[in-house]
Amino acid sequence: MSNNDVILQVNDLHTYFFNRRGITKAVDGISFSLRQGETLGIVGESGCGKTMTALSLLGLIPKPGARIVSGEIILDGEDLVQKNKQEMREIRGRKISMILQDPQTSLNPVFSIGNQVIEAFSINEHGNRKSMINRAVEALRNVRVAAPESRMKDYPHQMSGGMKQRVIGAISIASSPQVIIADEPTTALDVTIQLQYLRLLKEIQSETGLAIIFITHDFGIVARMCDRVAVMYAGRIVETADVRNLFNKPSHPYTQALMGSVPQMDRTDRLVAIDGQPPALWDLPEGCRFADRCSHVRQRCHQGYPDMLRVEDDHLASCWMLDESWSNTDQEVTE
Amino acid sequence: MADITSTSPLVTRPWYAPSRVLRSIWALRQYPVLPIFILMIVLVIPAIFAELIAPYDPVENSLRNRLLPPFWMEGGGFDHILGTDKVGRDILSRLIYGSRVSVIIAGISIVVGGLIGTSLGIIGGYFGGWVDSLIMRAVDISLSIPIILLGLVLVAALGPSKSTVIIVVVTLLWSRYARLARGETLAVRTQDYIARARVSGASHTRIMIHHVFPNIFNSIVVLATLQVGFVIILEATLSFLGAGIPRPIPAWGLMVADGRELVVAAWWLAFFPGFAIMLVVLSMNLLGDWLRDKFDPKQRQI
Repeated sequence: MSNNDVILQVNDLHTYFFNRRGITKAVDGISFSLRQGETLGIVGESGCGKTMTALSLLGLIPKPGARIVSGEIILDGEDLVQKNKQEMREIRGRKISMILQDPQTSLNPVFSIGNQVIEAFSINEHGNRKSMINRAVEALRNVRVAAPESRMKDYPHQMSGGMKQRVIGAISIASSPQVIIADEPTTALDVTIQLQYLRLLKEIQSETGLAIIFITHDFGIVARMCDRVAVMYAGRIVETADVRNLFNKPSHPYTQALMGSVPQMDRTDRLVAIDGQPPALWDLPEGCRFADRCSHVRQRCHQGYPDMLRVEDDHLASCWMLDESWSNTDQEVTE
Repeated sequence: MADITSTSPLVTRPWYAPSRVLRSIWALRQYPVLPIFILMIVLVIPAIFAELIAPYDPVENSLRNRLLPPFWMEGGGFDHILGTDKVGRDILSRLIYGSRVSVIIAGISIVVGGLIGTSLGIIGGYFGGWVDSLIMRAVDISLSIPIILLGLVLVAALGPSKSTVIIVVVTLLWSRYARLARGETLAVRTQDYIARARVSGASHTRIMIHHVFPNIFNSIVVLATLQVGFVIILEATLSFLGAGIPRPIPAWGLMVADGRELVVAAWWLAFFPGFAIMLVVLSMNLLGDWLRDKFDPKQRQI
């Protein structure tokens, strides 16, 4: 993992909420790395800490209440956890940016499109108005907005959802960041537009060498978009692999169960839902967090949390089943 | 103007050509012509050119001419078109000079109160937490102060003057803006474009000025135009209690208050200033509606 073109390295990141209930471990020991031009998918069900991971990277975790307790976020050689507010503000937008879920509300309704793209430039740099306008037109053209010169004067309500999401894309990449976090950017778009938009992201990525963290719960998008995937469950990454390996050989029972619950063209059997609920993040079990819902569970799973164990090169999963001593383990299934 | 070429549509016609005049008048319909016209006639022009327009000195007594009715009534005349009050001062002249007081008091207190209130409201709504609680408790205190008591206390302390009235009005007014701005900010704050601005590295100040304020501006403008009438009436209340504009400076509210006791015998004393207040308030409201639509991009369809 000590590759030279690693642009973002997250080491053992813990983001906790402190409130009356006690400590809510929203992100509980996450590590991953991201190379230039790579797309990392973060998959998991609602409330597993995907968005909190993203917000931690941006330094925008809700305060007061949440805090990065420990860990490192190394972007371009600098640890973001150590940065103060002012420094983080200069990093946001310039080095790391985010595309939000809903294009309908992501644009300010009272300003024209051109204004908002120009603003994205002017937050971080200064220049004369004319060159800003030209750059904004260029940025819109880059995200394949037709007739950008005339679109500059339009207001958000005059644009379609897909068009708005592209404008947002243009704004997000305006200051050419190295990393973009896309938090389910296509959930609010209809399927044909989704595909167009994903293609566009891919194209931009190949042009600029942008690294993308793609947060989603749609395995179809993961297969299309991502180079590597991290599956999250209850605040931790349970499996991380190359996208091909993950689909060919899902190794964590949770990943297997997730894939089992996705409809496929050639399958005729019933879809399997995962029984039970994920554990409450303020009352986590000592052992494996998936143990209560896992069909392979044994005594050992309740006793300790498994490390990330190797399945293949660059394919890790945290499940005791991968441990050499698994077959010798007590077979007793605990209720 | 018997120009042969003027019939040709290709030749530019002079600006006074009937068709062009009509067209530009027709083009005015997108503006609130009537409210602006009324405001100009009743408020702005008299306030600026009072000395030139007013037929008499507004504080000049003339006991021989007291309580003259308006010109169309028996006993009235064109010397005093709108009649005179109980010490023989010309009503029209007092109305004209009074507009100046109204413009100054309503203008300054609405701008100052609006600025203070809106800023505090946005700050409270945006940051939430203890900042919000602090500001909102201050708002509650401000709303719970009886205005008459405050007026009397301040007059006792500072003496009656225009600035005292402005201070009293601002003390009362800012909290309404703060409340409105806070509520609107709470709604705007959760929108994704605020989050997006944060994500792209905008500071809190920048977000409040560039993203929150333009989105709540509509409501603030509407409130401000509604407040014009409120301020004029408040000034009248204060004046009525002797805590407002010191006599004999003419002020509309004061004139209505003074006319009250003679309303049966000489209705014109209270009617004309009251009518002027009504015209101004109505026009301001219409203007406010127009401004609200003007500032809302969705209403501004091409």
